[in-house]
Amino acid sequence: MTLLDLLLDPLRYEFMVRALATAVVAAVVCAVLSCWLVLIGWSLMGDAVSHAVLPGVVLAYILGAPFAIGAIVFGFLAVALIGTVRSTSRIKEDAAIGIVFTTLFALGLVLISVTPSQTDLNHIVFGNLLGVSAGDLVQVLIISAVVLAVLVVKRRDFTLYAFDPTHAFAIGLNTRLLGAGLLALLALTAVVALQAVGVVLVVAMLIIPGATAYLLTDRFGRMLVIAPVASALCAIAGIYLSYHLDTAPGGTIVVVQGALFTLVYLFAPREGVLAKRTAARRHRGAAPVA
Amino acid sequence: MNAIEVDDLTVRYGDVVALDGASLHVGAGRVCGLIGMNGSGKSTLFKSIIGLVRPASGSIRVAGVDPATARRRAVIGYVPQSEEVDWQFPISVRDVVMTGRYAAMGTMRRPRAADHDAVDEALARVELTDLADRQIGRLSGGQRKRAFVARGIAQGATVLLLDEPFAGVDKRSEATIVRLLRELADDGATVLISTHDLSSLPTLADEAALLMRRVLHHGPPAEVLAPERLATAFGVDLAVQP
Ligand SMILES: Nc1ncnc2c1ncn2[C@@H]1O[C@H](COP(=O)(O)OP(=O)(O)O)[C@@H](O)[C@H]1O
Ligand SMILES: [Mg+2]
Repeated sequence: MTLLDLLLDPLRYEFMVRALATAVVAAVVCAVLSCWLVLIGWSLMGDAVSHAVLPGVVLAYILGAPFAIGAIVFGFLAVALIGTVRSTSRIKEDAAIGIVFTTLFALGLVLISVTPSQTDLNHIVFGNLLGVSAGDLVQVLIISAVVLAVLVVKRRDFTLYAFDPTHAFAIGLNTRLLGAGLLALLALTAVVALQAVGVVLVVAMLIIPGATAYLLTDRFGRMLVIAPVASALCAIAGIYLSYHLDTAPGGTIVVVQGALFTLVYLFAPREGVLAKRTAARRHRGAAPVA
Repeated sequence: MNAIEVDDLTVRYGDVVALDGASLHVGAGRVCGLIGMNGSGKSTLFKSIIGLVRPASGSIRVAGVDPATARRRAVIGYVPQSEEVDWQFPISVRDVVMTGRYAAMGTMRRPRAADHDAVDEALARVELTDLADRQIGRLSGGQRKRAFVARGIAQGATVLLLDEPFAGVDKRSEATIVRLLRELADDGATVLISTHDLSSLPTLADEAALLMRRVLHHGPPAEVLAPERLATAFGVDLAVQP
């Protein structure tokens, strides 16, 4: 079997093509958003929102409404609850996040267990790349297009919001709206990503690509290119590996992303651990002996 | 005309009273040094002027209008305390200065020729042209502050608020910044600047205000720096220090 065969073989199946398309689109959207999330320090928030959307998605399924609406409602509910618990009790933010998102996630699991359905709703939890329907793919494409369009059009505002929200506010930008907008985009992105890797692993797609790109460049504009490209390649590699090794595709994608992060963490030209150590040694060598 | 008018301002964070009936008027084109120990409410005063914290009572006018209108007109240039900035953020000096222009730009904040010119001019004014493409954290302490002042210049801010810009800045850079702020004030900008460096205050400021939850004294630097005044504000005899 040649390399080309290895690459073309899975594409004989329509479900594999859909899986690839879904995974790549989800990887790109998550990666672009992750550039802001890691810089604002919203990784934990990404974790929380991506889990907390579960009951919203299940309710949307029950009511026959679009998943996106349920996800946004519960995404905001989670953030509101976290803020309320933190500001009206002595509980610190990380604990408030932990309490709220696990409770909402658990509520989602309970709802799933009592909801009769033809499709296995557990797929929402662990992802079901190989079972993505044409309709699912259309929904992923529409939501992704909306999220990416908003991020691209307002990218400079979001970046300023991440870097210096006080200045943004002082010159009349609506920082509340920018924050709420990012949260809404986060909830929408969670819907896209849960099709690919499931609720549990969404947070990996929302953090790892931005963190990886951040170790490779000092320019935000370049992060916005590096993160989605790397993430898409990881998604493709993950799907092929899972096909040939017969492993779970969602999990494999995230393992590949984690492996790439590890490589970058070790070998990045400037921010990598090894480069830093060499620089430190050279620095010490150059210093006069006391 | 007064560029900054704070009257009887009280600000609370939960149980903490950060400002308690603070009043301060600063005339247009003047440099006012704000001194007070840590926790005396300096940063809170700046944030109130911007409108970021909601006062329990009192009134604030900036350039003759309320803070919300001042924000819409992008009147205020803010130079944040060092601890408030993520110096690892992947943004260049030039891009930081460009954010001063955002208020005047369209939805996408796509810079036009006039914006690039304003940024170049501001960078030249603070002598950072050669370092414009550096990541913001790869500057010295003094250069970092000048970058943020340049942002205020590019913005066309008429009121500049600087929160402890001399912390962690060497004396020579401090002198450069002092000269720059004096020039800006001569061009008509109003500068309110919090500082712990009492020695540079007379060269820097036209007036000084002593803050301890409220403004204890406000007047010419030499008068405010009188040992017995400082002792009340700092609770110790600071005057023996340089
Ligand atoms: N966000 C906040 N929440 C609660 N307390 C605060 C907050 N910001 C400041 N404070 C408190 O308000 C007081 C004044 O703080 P601040 O304005 O930062 O003083 P300064 O800048 O002079 O050091 C301090 O006691 C500080 O602990
Ligand atoms: Mg302060």
